[in-house]
Amino acid sequence: MVEGGAQLSEIVIDNVWKEYGDQIVLEKISLTIEPRAFVALVGPSGCGKTTFLRLLLGEEAPTQGTITIDGVPLVAEPSPDRGVVFQRYSVFPHLTVLGNVLLGKEFQGSRFAARLLGSRRRTAIEEARELIAEVGLEGAEDKYPAMLSGGMQQRLALAQALIMRPKVLLLDEPFGALDPGIRADIHVLMKRLWHETALTVVMVTHDLREAFTLATRVIAFERPRDRPEERERYGASLSRDISIWPPRVAGEAFPFALDRDDPAQPMGPRRDDPAPVEGAMVP
Amino acid sequence: MRWINIRLSRTAALTLALLPFGLLVAAYLTGSAARLALNPDDKLLPSLTSIADAINRMAFIPDGRTGDVLLWSDTFASLSRLGWGLAISTLIALLVGMIVGMLPTARSLLAPVIAVIAMVPPLALLPILFILLGLGETAKVALIAIGVAPTMIRDLALKVTELPREQIVKAETLGGSSWQIAIRVVLPQVLPRLITCLRLQLGPAWLFLIAAEAISSDAGLGYRIFLVRRYLSMDVIFPYVAWITLLAVLMNLALDGVRVAVFPWSKAVRN
Repeated sequence: MVEGGAQLSEIVIDNVWKEYGDQIVLEKISLTIEPRAFVALVGPSGCGKTTFLRLLLGEEAPTQGTITIDGVPLVAEPSPDRGVVFQRYSVFPHLTVLGNVLLGKEFQGSRFAARLLGSRRRTAIEEARELIAEVGLEGAEDKYPAMLSGGMQQRLALAQALIMRPKVLLLDEPFGALDPGIRADIHVLMKRLWHETALTVVMVTHDLREAFTLATRVIAFERPRDRPEERERYGASLSRDISIWPPRVAGEAFPFALDRDDPAQPMGPRRDDPAPVEGAMVP
Repeated sequence: MRWINIRLSRTAALTLALLPFGLLVAAYLTGSAARLALNPDDKLLPSLTSIADAINRMAFIPDGRTGDVLLWSDTFASLSRLGWGLAISTLIALLVGMIVGMLPTARSLLAPVIAVIAMVPPLALLPILFILLGLGETAKVALIAIGVAPTMIRDLALKVTELPREQIVKAETLGGSSWQIAIRVVLPQVLPRLITCLRLQLGPAWLFLIAAEAISSDAGLGYRIFLVRRYLSMDVIFPYVAWITLLAVLMNLALDGVRVAVFPWSKAVRN
């Protein structure tokens, strides 16, 4: 675990329960997320998948059970080794694109002023610009988030999170509010980032198609007892754990050269590709 | 077409906006002319010429006794009290508001006491202030600060708690400490609100200023109005009230201009 850089991080969730007062939200969750996995959490709304992500984020502590990353118990506080992108409000409206991406570096490099100056600022700006170009936002560096489309804001949020080189990237329905076409574009970006960056990704989504398009493993949350009188005393647990076959491996091309929503390539449609209609996304 | 769907052109809107002002002036002029026709010595609604006379006397000719031009020395005295009072309360509001808004511990400690203090009618405190701080400038500045600060603190703390939880969590995942998040994430986002809040408090601040000046002062716009009231000098009172209104309107516009100029992003994200 130690050799090969600190980036390889296994997340072990051991018999985790989460209760709010009398309300049991999650019960008996045990799960091992292998390094470099891309896990999609799916399930009906209100089944606790976002609560589970918050536990991973450290925003909430489990009522029972433990979560460890690389064998180290999780601190119940968000920290820079776990990046996050929410569906909304992930970027800071008062900072430009460049300022948003720089912020993490400035927190890191300057404890009191939280601002970098001189050559350190220039190095940081260079790094930020590379990342901005990486997510396809070059030329928009001086714009404020309100001037960007929803898709661009989520790209910005990704760049902003990735500049901290987190071991784990947590995504809370990050593309849920985007148009189908824009969502397909950002899926391509997300896949590339996952291949190229040493990242373990955990994504909450309610879109099964998105889950199967991106993930190496799809995990379903469900309430086994969901009658109204049972709802309070029984929480959700894991009901399905599906590994995608053939396996997707980070950094390796998928055996089917084309994933369903990769950009059209001139080699003609594959077996399970959608009909090549411009911009069409059949759910 | 329904009334709710009727949109006006710019000129029509401007004309409508000016209409009430025109009506007010016209009503005054007719009233004044009617009263003066009955009694040329009437003091309640003086004619435009006597008002112009008074303006000339107050704003351009030095006072025989002190050698000051009264309007300007009054304006200076009032504005410096107002400025100090607002500056102090803004500073307190920013500091306490952010602490109360950000730290749950501070919220538990301070929010209830601030809520109670905000309910104390500041004018009822004025005698206490005069007794404790004397009749000088300190008591007047303190009245403005005490009158305005609690509301500003509560407004600002509310604004801080209204920041999306996601933003704060995101800042934490970027490695920000409480202090760093305060100065880089929270502070810049509440500053525009602080300015708006200051604008909204201009009215109460003027009220407390005039009240304090009316009771004990030797210069100031409020002092002058209450002084000349003894001689029924409406020709002085009307221009003074208009001047105070103009000052308040200009301050309001200037503050909003500052907000848009300094925080260009705050225009897009309307709050």
